[in-house]
Parts: sequence; structure tokens; C-alpha cells
Amino acid sequence: MHHVVSSAHILAQESDSWINTDTFIDLFWANTIGGLEYGSIYALIALGYTLVYGVLKLLNFAHSEVFIYGAYATWFTFFLLGFRPGPTPELATGELIAFLLLAVVVAMLVSGTTALVLERVAYRPLRNRGAPRLAFLITAIGASLVLQQILFLWRGGNAEQAIRLLRPETLFTVGSASIQNLTIIIVVASILMWLVADTFVNRTRFGRGIRAVAQDPETATLMGVNKERIIMLTFVVGGLLAGAAALFYMMKIPQGAQYNGGFLLGIKAFAAAVLGGIGNLRGALLGGLLLGVIENHGQALFGGEWRDVVAFVLLVLVLMFRPTGILGESLGKARV
Amino acid sequence: MARARITAALVLAAAASLALSACEARTDQGGSAGNEPQADAPAEPANAHKPEGDGNAKCSNVAIAYAGTINGENAALGQNILNGVKLAVKKHNDANKDCQVELKEFETEGVPEKAPGIVTQMVNTKEIVGVVGLPFSGESKAAGNIFDKAGLPQISPSATNPALAENGWKTFFRGLGNDNAQGPAAAKFLTENLGAEKVCVVQDDSEYGIGLAEAVKEALGDKVVCNEKVKTKQKEFSAVVQSIKAAQPDAVYYSGYYQEGAPFAQQLFDAGVEAQLVGPDGVKDVEYVKGAGDAAAETFFTCPCVPGEGFTKFAGEYRDMFDKDPGTYSVEGYDAATVLLSGIDAGNTDRKKMLEWIKNYDAQGLSNKLGWDDKGELAETPTVWTYKVENGKIVRNVEIK
Amino acid sequence: MTTTKTPSTAKPPTAPWRTSISERWNNLSRFQQWVILIPVVVLIFALPWLNPPILTTEPGYDFSIAMFDVARYCLIAIGLNVVVGQAGLLDLGYVGFFAIGAYVAALFTSPDSTLWKIPYLAAVPLAMAITMVFGIILGSPTLRLRGDYLAIVTLGFGEMVRLFADNVDALRGNRGFSNIGAPPGTRENGEPLFVNFDGKPWYVLCVAVIIIVLILAGNLERSRVGRAWVAIRDDEDAAELMGVPTFKFKIWAFVIGAAIGGLSGALYAGQQGFMNNQKFDVLTSVLFLAAVILGGSGNKVGVLLGAFVVAYVPLRFLSIAEWKFMIFGVALTILMIFRPQGLLGARQRLLAYGRQAYQRLVGRGEMVSSDTAMSAEKGGLMNGGSGAPK
Repeated sequence: MHHVVSSAHILAQESDSWINTDTFIDLFWANTIGGLEYGSIYALIALGYTLVYGVLKLLNFAHSEVFIYGAYATWFTFFLLGFRPGPTPELATGELIAFLLLAVVVAMLVSGTTALVLERVAYRPLRNRGAPRLAFLITAIGASLVLQQILFLWRGGNAEQAIRLLRPETLFTVGSASIQNLTIIIVVASILMWLVADTFVNRTRFGRGIRAVAQDPETATLMGVNKERIIMLTFVVGGLLAGAAALFYMMKIPQGAQYNGGFLLGIKAFAAAVLGGIGNLRGALLGGLLLGVIENHGQALFGGEWRDVVAFVLLVLVLMFRPTGILGESLGKARV
Repeated sequence: MARARITAALVLAAAASLALSACEARTDQGGSAGNEPQADAPAEPANAHKPEGDGNAKCSNVAIAYAGTINGENAALGQNILNGVKLAVKKHNDANKDCQVELKEFETEGVPEKAPGIVTQMVNTKEIVGVVGLPFSGESKAAGNIFDKAGLPQISPSATNPALAENGWKTFFRGLGNDNAQGPAAAKFLTENLGAEKVCVVQDDSEYGIGLAEAVKEALGDKVVCNEKVKTKQKEFSAVVQSIKAAQPDAVYYSGYYQEGAPFAQQLFDAGVEAQLVGPDGVKDVEYVKGAGDAAAETFFTCPCVPGEGFTKFAGEYRDMFDKDPGTYSVEGYDAATVLLSGIDAGNTDRKKMLEWIKNYDAQGLSNKLGWDDKGELAETPTVWTYKVENGKIVRNVEIK
Repeated sequence: MTTTKTPSTAKPPTAPWRTSISERWNNLSRFQQWVILIPVVVLIFALPWLNPPILTTEPGYDFSIAMFDVARYCLIAIGLNVVVGQAGLLDLGYVGFFAIGAYVAALFTSPDSTLWKIPYLAAVPLAMAITMVFGIILGSPTLRLRGDYLAIVTLGFGEMVRLFADNVDALRGNRGFSNIGAPPGTRENGEPLFVNFDGKPWYVLCVAVIIIVLILAGNLERSRVGRAWVAIRDDEDAAELMGVPTFKFKIWAFVIGAAIGGLSGALYAGQQGFMNNQKFDVLTSVLFLAAVILGGSGNKVGVLLGAFVVAYVPLRFLSIAEWKFMIFGVALTILMIFRPQGLLGARQRLLAYGRQAYQRLVGRGEMVSSDTAMSAEKGGLMNGGSGAPK
């Protein structure tokens, strides 16, 4: 890999060529690593979409708000710990770990609670009334607006001023990519969270319940599974994962706590879930990482302004040609 | 287990928060990379026009208006302007018991879609003789013809798009320099003061960002080694930062607003890009300093605005009234309102006379020398200053001459 | 309350006051209906001149322009209602069609565009035609998808339109187009009639367009196409089995909806005179959807009412304008729980000559199907199997 790109050919990219393969090749590793970092956050959010979709066949539009509540929780945790916007403080490793653990616990609790409240207040009454599918989708949109507007009316339209505890430092380089401590923390922690979720769904009693309801709700009920409890649990698990994702996101982008900041991330996480195969936990991980990487390379190829278009086009293409995603859908049929 | 850990963390947290204030004090002294001597900030011009006038004005049933964003998404900017206007009106009305001018406020949310309805309403409100607004270029384009048609003069305190003055609107006046003034000055600062040979220009997708970037690029010529585009509301810039890093520029000019500028600066800084970051007046805001973290101290700003720190009287009055420091464009809002108020005091209580008054206005404002050419641009091109961040505050750097 | 005069109704009187009004209405002959309708229509046309004290949006917002905004939302709601209310397809990217219509009008009439110029009145049908093409382009690959996938794909489509408008230089992004054309016509003083500071001509034009569209849509509804839509909305699989070419009719719904969206977009661009890419976001799409759902999707009077609420309330009560998304969000959520069919439920006339037929058969006006996409009891997967035992 070349490290140095001559200024001449970057200029050339501007003026004539539409697709810029040189930048793509030169920055292959840098963009791949950056994509994995961001993609692992997509993956954690995507798990929430996938779980709820697997069990209820419901596209939970409000999941992006569940996530953003976690981001606000992270910010408030830092703030209440006495940190203020401005330069990154110097912290001992022990302190840092303690604070981050505290923040992730708070964020997970807040997101989990938000998801629980959402399920109880918005979706359950609909289920009890046997409402049609369209009603669920519209409720999801309505609830999403409400959750968003609570933040807007309370905290205003601007993003919360950045507070962060860990300054990224480069540890080593691979090709054009500098591997930073933050990158490693985010990717490793996300994969760990995914492993926990996967184990929970595939190896525990509750997980068996989730899979049973996903597969065949009626039979599951007959077999003594408490369907309502399982649905609640699914929402909470999705919320907890979104909370963890929120902390990682706020570590990466401390300006992330903004009332409508979850929207685009939510759409992309959903795209990731569909890409991997919705209802499939492994698919969510694969789809998230893949989307992050493709998005970055797409920018290198077509220019930064096409970033979001890349994600949307990918979503449409997958839905058109392989609506079941790469790994196929269905939580119920997930391997035991 | 979990509970024990939380308790431990809480104890740690309490301990750390005590030690934290010391930390902040320590890190704040980072200082900036600038090594030019600081220019003296101009003091409040002694001959500046004053909204209170001579205190003997007589008028009745006359109003001026502010139209622009008040609670919309870009509310901070609108609030800065509106507060400047409010301060001027208050000072005027306190001093002139026989001339109480009403200030009418109109919310446009900053979007062009709302502007025609609001502006038509203003035009049909007979008491209004002059308007401070509209703050943004888009809404100004959408409604400028309505002001023109009705002969109601408008002084925009912040719309810097050069094309606005090219529409032949007789009622349009710009209370500050346009992008064509700032662009070349910024280029000069980048190449001469900072000695940059290779510059990356990053633009957002706002009209302001695009227009200013065009002006900067044109002035820089072949010193531009990369040109990246980002989006309003974007927060993640890793691919853009990587491309900039690969181009190895000496300086990066971010042409946009602080909302995206802050995360961009931080990610640029974190990726180890050593280029000097410079932003325009849209970035020069206390929100940026708070939002960009460590990167803020490494940033320079260009702004066609006079440093307000010498304006101690104005800043003091502003703080007394609103309990916060004046922000970007507060002074411009105050100046624009003062032009209108002094016109009313001089007996120009209808639109036609007010328009004549503004056309022939020639006085020193708090920010600029106020007097307009026939297009509505300031006759005397305002100077562009540079600023930097010191101890968490934006302070003046040098004047670009 | 229960003084429904007509005997022998099989239908239980669920909402007596409403049933009686609508039944009485349906029992009237077409002539009698027009006798009532015409003064109402005249009144509606006269609204900007009347400027009624309680209804007025002044002194905050010019009333005639506010009324045009309301009318524009009504037109949008009618178009979206074809897609959502009648065919039961949840379209979250409707703003995309609206945007395309506005852009076509701007591209062919604004001096900022490099394309050749045509008169505004020619640009309007062109805008409709081009949005219809986009409707086919978007519809044909996606309408085979399940409902919620369709929602997300259309959402993506709407965003893509906005992003293309931002990224493609010819569409001028935030810089936008100035001096967009308008219909011809001059006032007595020689000034042009259609200007952006007078909503009255635009309002009259828009209301006239709405009436035409309503009549056309009503005819369509009672035609084979309309019956197919109802069948698809109520049970797509059953419709397919009964030989309804569901895919074809879904495309029809999409394309007709798109055309009306494009029409309203062109009107919007013309009235504004200036437009850029700022207001074509998903939130706007959600507002459009709220207009359809609040009033009652599938019911034309309902969606007009919904559109009126969504467009008028934020302009009338400017002090609560920033609360509008909160208010509509809460309204959507609560409505879905307690009244999923909207304020006025859907009422579908399935037969072209239903009135006469029913008159002859049972001696009263036509029966209307009260099923809508929102009130149909379709257990399905949402509630985990239809009616879980015990």
C-alpha cells in the first residue's frame, strides 16, 4: 500500500474522474479499519431491530430513539461525574475503566427502560386489540416522534457539548491504517456484547423462549411459554445492546447526543440487519461490519457527499435481489 | 457482583470529581499554535452611533421588526441577533419617553418555505417601517422580492451570500461584509500568515459553505490540494479525514458551521493530521469551543467582524439583560436596529422616508462603518480579522490587511 | 341518540350520530347532494377574502398564503391517501414525489436552471408525467416486498431524492432556484396575478385542482381499479387467488399517488417562487402521513380534515409551532390504540350506481364498506397468532 498520495492526482479526482479508484486503493486499509469501528456500532443497534423483528415481525422505528436515549444517558453520566466540555482530562487507567463501566451500565439501563416503556405504552395495547400491521408501523413512527421531541423540547436542537474521557492514541499501523486504542476498545467490546447476546439467545432458557415465540407463537404459548414476558424481554435485550452501542458511539463521537441524532444511525443499522438477514443475530453482526466498511469505501470511490446514498442504495439492492439477506432470516430457525 | 462494582465506581467517581477541577485548570493552559503577535483589539468607536439618540425624539405607533429563526433548529444564531436588536430597542425606549418603538418578532424557523407567508404579513402590517433580517441566505432569496415590492427596507445582519445584492432589490441592505470579502482574506491568511503551500478546503452543503469555499478556492488557486464535501448534520468523518490525511496538507479550511465543524475538527485532530485548521465566522462560536474538545485550541477563525472584546460597555449591557455573553452577529443585530431607530428619531416614520434614510446613512457603527452602495453592500469593505482560542475563549489574533 | 329512522339495518349502529349523518347523506340523490355541496364549495373558495376573525392566522402569518399551504397539504393528502388509504401501501417516501414535481417545475421555468424553458402551465403536466415515471421505477422492484420492507424502501427513496438534489450540481442543492414560473395572468394594474406574496390566486387554483382530482379519484375508486385496491388492502393473498392482478394494481396506486404528489410539488414551487432542498426530509414525509392517518385513511373527507389540522394548526398557533411534531406524534400513537381508522373512518363506495341499486333493493341509500387498512381485524403475526388460546 502506498502511504503518500501525490497531490496532483487528488486534484485530478476533483476535476475529471467520476470514480476515484486511486484513493480507494491507497486508503483501503485505513477505510476498512474505520469502517469496522463504525460498523460494530451499527451491528449492536442492528441486533435490537433483528430481535424485535424476529419475534414480532415488527419494524421498530423507535429503536433509534432507544439508542439516542442511551447517548444522552452517557453524556449525563459524564456530566454528573463532574466532567465538563473542553479538553480531554488526564485520567489514570483504573479511574477511566471505572467511569466507562459506570457509563455503560447507566446507558444500558436507560435504553433498556426506554425500550420497555415503549413496548408497554405503545405496542402492547395494540397487540391486545389485535390491531393490523399498518397500525403497528404508524405507532412506531408516532412513538419515535414523541421520544425525539421530548429531547428537543427539553434540551433544545443543538448537540450536547462534547465530553470525552479517552483521547484516541495510535498504537500501531497496518498499511495505510493507524490502529488506535479507541478502535480496539470499540470493536472488541462490541463483538463481546454480541457474543453475550448470541449466547443468551441460543443457550439460555429465556433465549429458548425467544426462539420459540419467534418460530411459532401459538405453539410456544401452548407449551407454556409466557409470550408477553418474552416479548418484553426481547425489547429489553435490544435496548440494553443499544445502550452499550450508545456509549461506544459517544466515545467515538462525543458530539453525538442530539435529539435527532439517532435517525440516520437507526436507518443504517436497520439496513445492516436486512443486509445480514433480518431476524438473524449473526447476520446483524456481519451486516453491521459490512455496511460500515462499504460505506467508507464508497466515500473513497465516489466522494464524501455520497456517503448516505451508498447505504440507501445498498439497502434497496439487497431488498430487491435477496430480501432474506446474506445469511438468511429467521430467529426461530437460528441454530441451536 | 454487579452492585458491588457500581458502588465502587460511584465512590471513584466522587473522588475523581473533586480532583477534576484541578485537571481542567491544568489542561486549559495548552495555548494555541499561533505565534503571531496579537493585534490590539479596537476599542468601542467613540463616535459610534447610539440607539438612544438625544432622548428628545417624538413618535407614536411605529414599529420595527425582527424576522428569522427564534426557536428553530439553528436558533442560537437567531437568538444572538434578536438579543442585539432587543438591547438597542430597550436603550432607545428607555431614553426616549415620547417615542416608544415597538419590536415585533416573526419566527421563520430559518426555512425558505415559511418566508413568503411571514414576510407578506410583515409587509401588510402598516406600523412596521424597517426590518432586521432575514438571517439566512435561503430565506432571504425566497422573500427579498416581497420587501422590494412593498418598499419595506430590510437590513440583514448575517446573510453573507454575494448574489443576494445582485437581484436589483432596492430594499436590501447587508449589515456586514459578504463572502467575497472573507474568501480572499482567508486565503491570504492561510498562505501568508500561516505559510501554507498545500491547503485542503472542506465544504458543507449549505449555501454559505459552498459559496465561501468557492471564494477561498479561487483565491488559493493551485495551492488547493484537496476539496472534500460533507453534509449538514453529519457527525462521522472518518473517510473524509483519511482522504485529507493522505493529501498531507499544511492547512485545512473548513467552510461551514460549528455544528459539523466541531466533530470534524476533533476527528481530524484525533487522526493525527498535523495541518493547521482554520474556520470561518460560521464556526467562530463558543459552541464550537465547547464541542471540539482538544481540537478547539488548535483552530484559527476568520471573520469579517470586529473583535467585540474591546466593546466592554456593549458586552456589559448585553450580559445584564440576557445573562450571557454576546455571540456571533449580536453586534450586527444591534447596529442594524440602531440604524432603524435613529431613522425613526429623525422623523422618518414611514417606509419611504426610512428607505431614503438608510440609503443616505453614513455613520460609524459598533462593528463597521455603516453606509451603503446602490446594491445594498457596505460602501466601505469591512476588515477581516482572525481569531483563536485561548483558555476556552475566542480571542482576537490578527487583522488581515 | 338512537333515533335512527331507517329500519331493517343489518349493521349495528356503532356510532349513531355518524351513521345517521352519513346515511342521510347517502340517501340524498346526487342532485340534492350538489345543492348542499355548491354553497359549501363557494364558501371554501371565498375563505381568503372572508378572512374570518377566529380562523385567521394573522397577525402572525398571512392568511391567504396560509390557506394556500392548507390547500397544498389537502392535495398531498389526497394523493397519499390513494397509496396508503385505498391500496394499503405504507409509503414513507411520498415527499420524494413531491420534491420531484417541485424540481421539474423549477428546472424548466427558473432562470437559474440551464435547461430550456417552457411555460409554467406546460411544466405542471410534465412534472406529473415525470413523477409517474419515477413511481413506476420505484414501484416495480419494490411493490413485491412485504409491507414494512416497502415502508423502509420508500423512506430510503425519499432520502435519496433529497441527497441527489444536494449532490448533483444541476439541482443546485441548498442554493436552490429563484424566480420559478407561474401561470399567466395580470391584475388590473398590469402586475402579474400569480405572485408569492398573494396566496389568493394560488389558493383558488389549488382548490379547483383539488375538486377535479377528487372527482377523478372518486370515479376511479368506484371503477374496477378501486375495487381491486380495496381487495388488495383487505387481503392481498385472497385478492390474488380471486384473479386480481395485485401487482399491476399496486403499481397503479403508486403511480397515481405519485402524479398527485408531483402536481402538488409543482404548485408549491410555483407559489414559493424560490425553492431549495431544505424541506424534503423524512419529517415532512411523516407530516404528510400524519395528515392521512389522523383524519382517517381511506376516507376523502377524513384526509382533507387531517391535512387541514396538520397544515393549519402550526400556522394558526405560532406559539406552539415548535410543539407540532410532539402533538402529531402523540396523536398518532393514541389514535392507533383507540381509533385506528382515524377521526373519520374509511367509507368505500364500491358500486358506481350503488345508490340506485340499493334504493331499488332495500329502499335506502347505498351501503358503504367501512373496512379500512386500519380497522381490519387481521390477527396475523403482530399479535403472535390470531387470538392466542386462553
